[in-house]
This record gives sequence, C-alpha cells and structure tokens, in this order.
Amino acid sequence: MSEVLVVIDHAEGEVKKPTYELLTIARRLGEPAAVFFGSPEQGDAVAEKVKKYGAAKVYVVDDAQIKGYLVAPKAEALQQLAEKTGPAAILLPSTFENKEVAGRLAIKLGSGLITDAVDVQEGGVTTQSVFAGNYTVQAKVTTGTPIITVKPNSAAPEEADGAGAVESFAATISDVAKTAQVVATQPRQSTGRPELTEAAIVVSGGRGTGGDFAPVEGFADSLGAAVGASRAAVDSGWMPHAFQVGQTGKTVSPQLYVANGISGAIQHRAGMQTSKTIVAVNKDPEAPIFELVDFGVVGDLHTVLPAATEKVKERKG
Amino acid sequence: MNIVVCVKYVPDATADRRFEDDFTVDRVGVDGLLSELDEYAVEQALQFREKREGEEITVTALTVGPEKAVDAVRKALQMGADSGVHVVDDAIAGSDYLGTSLVLAKAVEKIKADTGADLVVCGMASTDAAGSVVPAMLAERLGMPQVTLASVVESQGDQVRIKRDNEGSTEVIGATLPIVLSVTDQSGEARYPSFKGIMAAKKKPLETWSLTDLGLDADQVGLSVAYTQVEDTTARPPRTAGEIVTDEDGSGAGALVDFLASKKFI
Ligand SMILES: Cc1cc2nc3c(=O)[nH]c(=O)nc-3n(C[C@H](O)[C@H](O)[C@H](O)COP(=O)(O)OP(=O)(O)OC[C@H]3O[C@@H](n4cnc5c(N)ncnc54)[C@H](O)[C@@H]3O)c2cc1C
Ligand SMILES: Nc1ncnc2c1ncn2[C@@H]1O[C@H](COP(=O)(O)O)[C@@H](O)[C@H]1O
Repeated sequence: MSEVLVVIDHAEGEVKKPTYELLTIARRLGEPAAVFFGSPEQGDAVAEKVKKYGAAKVYVVDDAQIKGYLVAPKAEALQQLAEKTGPAAILLPSTFENKEVAGRLAIKLGSGLITDAVDVQEGGVTTQSVFAGNYTVQAKVTTGTPIITVKPNSAAPEEADGAGAVESFAATISDVAKTAQVVATQPRQSTGRPELTEAAIVVSGGRGTGGDFAPVEGFADSLGAAVGASRAAVDSGWMPHAFQVGQTGKTVSPQLYVANGISGAIQHRAGMQTSKTIVAVNKDPEAPIFELVDFGVVGDLHTVLPAATEKVKERKG
Repeated sequence: MNIVVCVKYVPDATADRRFEDDFTVDRVGVDGLLSELDEYAVEQALQFREKREGEEITVTALTVGPEKAVDAVRKALQMGADSGVHVVDDAIAGSDYLGTSLVLAKAVEKIKADTGADLVVCGMASTDAAGSVVPAMLAERLGMPQVTLASVVESQGDQVRIKRDNEGSTEVIGATLPIVLSVTDQSGEARYPSFKGIMAAKKKPLETWSLTDLGLDADQVGLSVAYTQVEDTTARPPRTAGEIVTDEDGSGAGALVDFLASKKFI
C-alpha cells in the first residue's frame, strides 16, 4: 500500500487534534506516514502519539533551517520527501500557512491542489463547503499527487495501531527559499479555553455585547466552549483578531455555535454556517441570524446569558 | 519603481452565487465586482506610493478574467492606480489555481519587462475561491520572496517589513524588494473613488492581453487541462426554520438551557 503523507499540526511538539483527524482520513487513501517539522529531540514523543492513530512511519524534518523563514522551505522539504517516497496523496491541516505550502508544492510537483476540504473519501473525492456555506462541491485531483488541505473537525479521530517508525529526513533548503525572514515572533497568550477551530462548542459575541464580553465568556466557560467574535467586535478592539469568526477570520464547524449580539452578515456566516447546531441570542427579532438558527432567543444578551450560565451550572451540579 | 496589484473580478457575495452546468463558477450570469478583499491590496499599493514622496512610482492593476472583469481594473484605476492590464481569453475559462497562477505570473513578467514589477500586491483571498494560495503560487513561479497576510506594511529603501497574525503568534517578516505581498482586511480601510478619480480613470491606459501576448498556448490553461476536476455541486438545503422564543421575565434563559440539554450539550 502506498504511503499518504500527513503533515503534523503541532505547537512546540504538542500535537494538535486536526493531526489525528487527518491520520484517520489518510487511512482511507493508503498507509499514513506522518511528517513532523520540528526539533529532532521531540520526534520520538511525537511518534508515540501519532502511531496510536495509525502512522506507520514518522518522518522527522529538523526545522532548524526552516522555521526562520516563511513557507518556502517547508514546500521544498515536502517536495524532496514526496520525490523520495512517491506518496499516494499529501494531506495538510488547512491553516493559512499550510495552504501556502500546499500551493507552492503543487507547482513544484506538477500536482493538483484542493484546499479547505471538509471530507475526503476513498478514491480521493473531496467535499468542500463554498460560497459562504451555501454550496458543497465534490472534487478530485486528476493530475499528479493529490495535495489536499483539510479543515479541522472534518473527521472523528479513530485510533489504530501504527508502527510509528521514526526516520529522520534531511532536506536541502535553497537560498531562494530563505528570502522572506521571520524577524520576530510573539506567541499569543493561551486563554486556557479550547482552540477556536477545534472546539466542539463555540460561543461568540458581536457588537451587541457593547464591549462587555463577560456574559459571553461566562456562558462559554459553563459549557466548556471556545470564545469567538464578529469583526465588528474585533474592529472595536474588544477582542483580538485571532478570535474573529468569518470570511477573514477563522472558519469554525463545531457541534454547537451560539451567536450573541451578532446580526448574521454574509461574511460572518461564511465562517460558521456549517456548524451542526446554531443558536442565537439577539434583541432584534428581524436579525438575519435567526434565519439560520435551530433555536433562537429574542432578548438582551446581558440578562439572558448570565441567567443561562447559572442554569447550566445548576444542571451540571 | 512599478507596483503590480492583482485584482480579481468575483461574483457579488450578496447575489445568488451559483455554478454553470460544467460546474465552473457562473461568472457571467451573476453580477460581479472587484473582490472586496482586493480593495485592501489596491489601498496598500497606493499608500506605498504616497508614503514615498519624491520617488517615481507607478501602480499597474492586473486582472485575469472574462470580458466583464475589466470592471475590477477600472475600479482600481478610479481608486488611483495609473494603468491597467486585463488578460482575457476564452481558453482561460475554468482554470484552477495552477492555471490562474501561471497566467498571472506570465502577465507579471511581461509587465516587468515593460515597466518593471518591483512589488506585486495581492489580496488575502478572493471572495469566491477563498483559497489564499495564489500569492504564494505567484511567488513560487516568479522566484520572488513571499511576504503574505500582512496587517501592517512598512518599507524603507528596498527593505519591507510586515506584521502578521499567525496561528498561535504574531510575527514580523522582512524581505528585500522585489517581493510578492498579500494584505489582509486589517491593513486599513480602502478609499472610495472620488469624482475626480472616476473622471481621471477614463483617460488612463488600459491594455487587453490574450494568451498569445503572454506566450502561452490555449492547451496550457483552462478547464480541459485543470489538475482538479469538480464532480458535483449541491446547493445547501435550506435550514428548516428553528424555534424562536421571546425572553420575558427570564423565560429565555430557561428555554435556551432546556434546548441545549435536549440536544445533550449539557
Ligand atoms: C471584506 C469584509 C470582510 C469581513 N469579514 C468578516 C468576518 O470575517 N467576520 C465577521 O464577523 N464579519 C466580517 N465582516 C463584517 C460584516 O459585514 C459585519 O459588519 C459584521 O459581521 C457585523 O458584526 P456584528 O454582527 O457583531 O454587528 P452588527 O451587524 O452591528 O450586529 C449587532 C447585533 O447585535 C444585536 N444587539 C445589540 N444589542 C444587543 C443586546 N443587548 N442583546 C442582544 N443583541 C443585541 C443587534 O440587534 C444586532 O443584530 C466583513 C466585512 C467585509 C467588508
Ligand atoms: N484571476 C485573478 N486575477 C487577478 N488576481 C487574482 C486572480 N485570482 C487571484 N488573484 C489574486 O490572488 C489573491 C488570492 O486569491 P485566492 O488564492 O484565489 O484566494 C487575490 O486576492 C488576488 O489578489
């Protein structure tokens, strides 16, 4: 069976959930071989984790020469790895950075590229959600090695035994690939809440919060949810851009999305319309968000949310 | 110095966007416009020029698209770009990312030979394909540094520095011109064309190029040679109307929590 390369999504060796989803999907296409860009010291620990989800091999690519530059070196390394291993497909978690890696790789390998898949079936048929979630598209790569970036929450991770054999891969990075330099990096502080794109529940606030996110955050915490925001809330400086849901923010597809004081503009919908269950609290009964909801409360979020938070806590005991 | 700004003509997101029978995006039957996210690219190109007083800097707006796509270039000229290029050819229809980026790269190379291309500015994503991949692919094809998803752009001499939000961090990226730059909607509101700008745009040079002008053959691009194939498109079934309750004396919170419990979220 041919290998399917799966690029591991991680922060400092801490493997993120989309990696396990991708490994699960990869098994439909061939034998998963994970690719770890990071420090070789972390390779073994990472391999222990990914082999539980079926990774037969783990290629460790030392990122010492890679992390100081934007995107291009990763594409070169993957090209060299693909030329050596001849994979059946290459899967990457759909982040902005990985999409750019995938784009460059597609040119290098002369391969078709599909971005932001929400599902990949046997035979490599992908599903994408397009036009702000109003259409789904079934597509397939017809030329070269399929390169597919896959969104978080596209599959339920399923455990499977893999050998997890660690193999270090030495990539040769050209000088042209080192022309966009990372001059400084400042890690964002963790909120202690689940990651927005990975969370099962997202509770968001918009302009209707009036700048007070405490009711939104309180309700989110009672449900163990991630917190999101509309662009209006971000532009007002109430929440950092990293929390923005929508066309120019994050796309989320949780089991439950709760929009509070958010009108439901098309650009916001683009980032949340594929959520399984949608709930809204808005004081305007005419707000377009109510066209999407499974359940809606016409009311003031400043009174509804604190009361709901109390009730959730009571139920949970 | 010449700046090339890549602008895409896209179907209006507030219109009823749809597909043709061959599953390509309907770019003719649905009203189109300059992609909102490319207005930010035009704005940053213009600001780059304005901040460097005393230097001779021109801005060329470039689009690849059907007849009507020229509207995207016109809008960029109205906003203040100096000249425009519209690449149009029936054979381009249905191109995927590989085809589109190839045509764009060839067009940039031709502009470079004519007037220079010291900076190529793109939007963060097109509002129809929303891939956010073309800028990186252009950089790959042109062999230029890629500096993408900038929320702040600064330059001095031939050095450019940008700030950007990455997954778990904010970053500063630096590179030396010529570069391919993409900018986000955080980079600053785009200006509206003034009446004067609209009048002036009518006299600005606007060229139309075909594949032949770029040295490309019809069988190098388009739907028939795309590396990917769409097998089906399905309109999302309309959401069945949900239950809406009105909060009275605290009833809303109870109803909300009951609903969440019934769906096993609590
Ligand atoms: C190029 C571009 C990209 C964009 N990208 C995004 C994006 O990624 N994400 C995004 O969200 N937007 C995006 N937008 C902006 C989008 O068009 C809307 O302007 C934005 O989503 C509105 O945010 P909002 O719903 O919070 O504010 P508003 O539209 O002002 O809605 C506020 C809502 O709060 C309700 N409300 C007020 N007070 C209360 C209260 N006390 N209790 C309950 N309800 C209350 C009001 O009834 C109203 O419905 C983009 C726009 C453009 C042009
Ligand atoms: N057909 C096109 N003509 C001109 N510019 C384009 C075209 N397609 C993409 N671009 C540029 O590439 C950016 C990203 O597009 P995309 O990768 O499709 O999301 C856009 O914001 C434009 O600046």
